[in-house]
Order: sequence, then structure tokens, then C-alpha cells
Amino acid sequence: MKKLIKPIVSVVLLPLFVALFMMSAKAPADNTGYKIGDKAADFKLKNVDGKMVSLNEFGSAKGFIIVFTCNHCPFAKAYESRIMGLNAEFASKGYPVIAINPNDPTQVDEDSYNNMKSVAKTKGYKFPYLVDETQEVAKEYGAAHTPHVFVLQKSNSGLVVKYIGAIDDNSADETKVTKHYVADAVTELLAGKEVSVATTKAVGCGIKWSAK
Amino acid sequence: MITAIALVSFTVSPDMPQAKVIKFNQFQSLEKGANTAGNDTTYIFNFFATWCKPCVHELPGFEKLSAEYKGQKVKFTFISLDFAKDFQDKLIPFIKDKNIKSQVYLLDEPDYNSWLDKVDKSWGGSIPASIVINTKRHYYKFYETEMSHDELQTIIAPLITQ
Repeated sequence: MKKLIKPIVSVVLLPLFVALFMMSAKAPADNTGYKIGDKAADFKLKNVDGKMVSLNEFGSAKGFIIVFTCNHCPFAKAYESRIMGLNAEFASKGYPVIAINPNDPTQVDEDSYNNMKSVAKTKGYKFPYLVDETQEVAKEYGAAHTPHVFVLQKSNSGLVVKYIGAIDDNSADETKVTKHYVADAVTELLAGKEVSVATTKAVGCGIKWSAK
Repeated sequence: MITAIALVSFTVSPDMPQAKVIKFNQFQSLEKGANTAGNDTTYIFNFFATWCKPCVHELPGFEKLSAEYKGQKVKFTFISLDFAKDFQDKLIPFIKDKNIKSQVYLLDEPDYNSWLDKVDKSWGGSIPASIVINTKRHYYKFYETEMSHDELQTIIAPLITQ
């Protein structure tokens, strides 16, 4: 009997563990993902320059403006210059923008890695534009659409989620913006305050989840 | 409601209702009409956008259902979340192209955070999303998902008063 245990473990239990692990890695059901105050996980994703990027490489950063975005979505396009503006304003103050494209490019050609490279080059992105090929990071964070922002603050115990939501209150017309949600959140964090509007809702292009 | 009618309106074709740009309080008036006590009409409000792939995929099934229930107490209303600046160049051609005969409105409220919760607290911001209301039958449900013709039919068929 004893001899049998090992094969049982590998034949029966191992696939079971693998299946459980894969289940937890699948797209979360509604309302899962990070909430304000949660610890955010670091990741290692490929940048448009071919190099892998992790948050722990940004030694002097005080936090991050993580933006799930893409190339094709009209909202992402409408916000592109504003995302660049956030980086220009806050990277030097310790809150760089990290843009992540989570879309399955087999569903939208425009969101391919090659096109990410050309968009980043043409527009002159001064921040990483990473591809989330397995979509694991978007699932872990609970990103639902593009653009979808998560502001993280570094603490002794890791990265803490401080803001989740929209960039501002007017996707259609930048000149009519009255509430700069992300900029206000980062400004409050830099001043040592808590974020007064920590979550906002927004319509965006739903993330194109892979069918796999 | 008078202001809603007075607002931008364009004739699409003689047999189609005019598409209009509306504000949130005008949407609320529409919903209030559906919520009037004793109202036995089944209302379907569908939130979509011309740029939203699953929405565009879903729409023909809804329109087909609307045609099948023609003359019965069912009212389909499509609420576009396209940018107001795209009303003429994108939405109007889309309505023509898809031959949408139901009422279409463009909801010009780009501060989503100010009103998504007022439509339904559970709304995470994804589209397509639909509301099905039949006040007489005490039915109200918000669906934040793409639905097929058959799925929607299963929901509304029991609500419709012959």
C-alpha cells in the first residue's frame, strides 16, 4: 500500500492542485480585485522596449499611478494626453505612471504589442507601457475597463491601494473637467493626507479577456 | 420632457423615431414614466455605444425582439453613451446602418461617477447594460451583461400582458 501513495499524490493530487491554482488565476467574478487599503502585488511585465519591468525597480518612487489602458479604445485615446500629463506632473514628485495594456490582441488587432511599440514611440511616452499578456495583473487588480486607474502608495509593509477609478470627470472634453480625481488623489498623498475621493465609477471599454 | 423634445433632434428616416441628445434628468423622466404605478408596459432600457463591440453584437437581437413584440405593451429604448460630439458623425450613421427602429437617445453626461450609481448601485460601469421594468408586475432588474435575443425573451415574455 505504501508504495502506492506517491503515485496517488502525483497522479491524483498534483493535477488537483494545478487545477485549483489555475482556477484562482482565472478572471475573478464581479466585485473582486483590489479595494482601497489592500496591499497591491508587484509584477514583472514586458515593456515596449523589450525589457521586463517591476515596481520594485523604482527605488526612489513614493508610489505609482497604474493605468490599465490600450490603443484602440476611444476613451483610452481621449485620455492619452492626460495620462502623459499625469506622468509629466507627478513622476518627478515620486509618482510615475505605469501604463499596462491587458487586452487580448487576437480580439483587437490595434492592441498588439507591435502597435503598442509604435504608439509609445510616435506619442513619445515617457513612462513604461507594459503588456499584460496573461492578463493576470489585470485580474489580480480587478481592472474592468480601459482606462482604469489604481494609485498605489509605498509603505513599510508594501504597496497600498489608495485610489481606484477614473482619471477625471469628463472623458469627452478635457477643457470641461472640474474634478481631477487622480491628480487630486496623488496631491493629497504627497501632502501626507488621506485621499478624500478614493473611488470613482467610470464607463470605459471593457477589457478584452481572452477566451482561454 | 418639453425640454427633452426641444433639444437637438434630427430626422433619421420617416419610419424611425428621432434620435436625441439628452441629459441625465431627462433619462430619469423616461425611467419615471416606466415606474408609474400600475403601468403594465414592459420597458427595456439598453445602454450601449457604437464603439463597444459586445454592445454592437447584442443590438440586433434586441431590435429583432422589439419587432416581434410590435403592437404589444413593450418599449425598447436605446441609450447611447457615445461622446456628444460624435452624435452626427457616428451615432446617426450607426442607427441608419443597423436600421434601428426603436427610440435612441445619446446621454450626454461625461461625469459617469455622478450618475452611474443613480441608475443602479451595482453598476460597475461596463456596457452593454440593460434595465427591464414592468411596474405592474413589480419587476425591476439591472443586467450588466450582453444578452442574446433568446435570453432577453426568456426574461420579458412572462411580463408581457396580452
